[in-house]
Amino acid sequence: MIDFPKEKIDRIKARYGDSIEEVVTEKTDVPIFFVRKDKLLDFMGSIRTEEGLEYNFLSDVTAYDDNPPANIPDYGLGSLKAGGGSHRFCMVYQLFSLKFLDRIRVKVRVKEEEQVPSLTVLWKAANWLEREVFDLYGIPFKDHPNLRRIMLDDRWVGHPQRKDYPIKKYQRFPGSATLEHLGLEELDSNGQSQSGRTGHALANSDLNVKQEGK
Amino acid sequence: MNENTGLQSPSRKKDAFDDDENQDIFESSQMLINIGPQHPATHGTLRVACRLNGEVVVDSRCELGYLHRGMEKLGEVKTYHKFIPYTDRLNYCSALQNNVAYVTTIEKLMGIEIPPRNIYIRTMVCEMARIIDHIICVGINAFDLGAMTYFLLGFHQREEAYTLIESLCGSRLTTSYTRIGGLSGDLPDNFLPRMKKWLDGVETCFKELDKLLTNNRIWVDRTQGVGVFTAEQALAYSMTGPCLRASNVNIDLRRDRPYLAYKELEFDVPVAKGGDVYDRYLVRMAEIFESVRILRQIVDKMPKGPIWADDKRVRIPEKERVYNSMESLIHHFKFFMEGFDVPEGEAYCPMEGPNGEMGFYAISRGGPKAYRLRIRAPSFFMFQPVDEMIKGENIADVIAVIGSVNIIAGELDR
Repeated sequence: MIDFPKEKIDRIKARYGDSIEEVVTEKTDVPIFFVRKDKLLDFMGSIRTEEGLEYNFLSDVTAYDDNPPANIPDYGLGSLKAGGGSHRFCMVYQLFSLKFLDRIRVKVRVKEEEQVPSLTVLWKAANWLEREVFDLYGIPFKDHPNLRRIMLDDRWVGHPQRKDYPIKKYQRFPGSATLEHLGLEELDSNGQSQSGRTGHALANSDLNVKQEGK
Repeated sequence: MNENTGLQSPSRKKDAFDDDENQDIFESSQMLINIGPQHPATHGTLRVACRLNGEVVVDSRCELGYLHRGMEKLGEVKTYHKFIPYTDRLNYCSALQNNVAYVTTIEKLMGIEIPPRNIYIRTMVCEMARIIDHIICVGINAFDLGAMTYFLLGFHQREEAYTLIESLCGSRLTTSYTRIGGLSGDLPDNFLPRMKKWLDGVETCFKELDKLLTNNRIWVDRTQGVGVFTAEQALAYSMTGPCLRASNVNIDLRRDRPYLAYKELEFDVPVAKGGDVYDRYLVRMAEIFESVRILRQIVDKMPKGPIWADDKRVRIPEKERVYNSMESLIHHFKFFMEGFDVPEGEAYCPMEGPNGEMGFYAISRGGPKAYRLRIRAPSFFMFQPVDEMIKGENIADVIAVIGSVNIIAGELDR
């Protein structure tokens, strides 16, 4: 199914056998190497320069919620099939070789609240990418030079890309105009109207109330 | 912050310089200049806070997130088809490229082969998007530095391109042209001759603009040696596209990892050595001419045949049948309300967008919605090194640098 030389996979497997947990070649476009978290920096640092491999370009860093908590309400997310295992998240690193022009994917299984070694020492690009993962998934990085939120406000509570974060959850910060002032009502944490009506906050706006108030 | 006043609006984010807030700016005789998030020269909602010593930038911080709409979260909530219009809102200068990149990823997941005519049309729209994007980037960059003619003449060609695109899919900017396994419509009558005419116009126009700007003393003085980035620096920051090639790294996914119809087309990859604003301009100008060359070949080679893949899972029922038969109507409803199942698996399908590597990384666990949809947008990787690029430059050159890396807030913040 994948268009990738088998000898290269075997070579990486043999050379880094103690770092690699698992190699996946089914149902994917490029081989996936699951790497042990404590060996990640060594593995990446070595595969980056080793002759014949040279995966020296960090294409992307991201994560996904592999095992979301059971029994979370359905927010319209569709199938929430858990990936299995005791970890919560998977870190995903897309590597590209500028010399051989091929790609591999490295994944790391991470438990909740567990730290992942930062790759900023190898690639400067990892800085913002890891901040984004920290912001949206709440995965902390060890030895990161500037670990703070990047997309969201610093006052934000929670990490929106997690599967248990409701899609319609609003957060307001002190200082912004109150909803009542605009003729809207507060929503509960699931984004549902407290007076029993459902839907988007703006759809619930009772404009008559506002006009009467005038 | 007083909650009762309701009017006081505290800064959205912690100040960029909070980490050394004890420093007295008067004592160090340095000035803080804040560019953005609303500023005519940032061309999008982004913020660069600079600390100046006289006119020279000593330190700076880039901030983003002002246009964050949670696209990746939406990708997990919408069915595969319903996400196509969202891809227009990433890099809105080259919406067609995003459309193509997204549907190709899903097709890769499903193992769908698309027919040759579709492949050629998709290649064509990608190259059109590239020309438009480069016109905008160079035009605005030149406009910011005072060269207005390029902007006016170049944008005329851009308008012509949008007219072509309008006849293709009905809208000018937010195209949503592609469908999974096909396209929203075939080429309209007389499209290819009009395309040829437009290409002639672009070539004539840009040959003229090339004479106007490339050897222009003011332009060269303002851009040469500004925002220099070496190949090592550019690779450390994972820069891609024209900005990487301006730093003398010869990488172009169209040539190196051919996708769509690029294997059958002849083109050169322009590379420059300096890595400054001027070289980025040169690479973009050369790419406009290369795209014209590619488009000429496509116009000549455009194969005939169907535009839809022969796959019942993704084929949208034809309107004629939907209106006239009950089964097709039910099929139509089920198709758009429920979506179609995508088999388990994952795919990352990078393409050489106008700005650099543009790719979607989709994980499917069955069902009509993606389990995870990551958007790898080149602008994110272009904005990060701006801090390093503008260090030691004059404040006026900051605008030149920001314009030259072409940051589009839509895909920067997603």
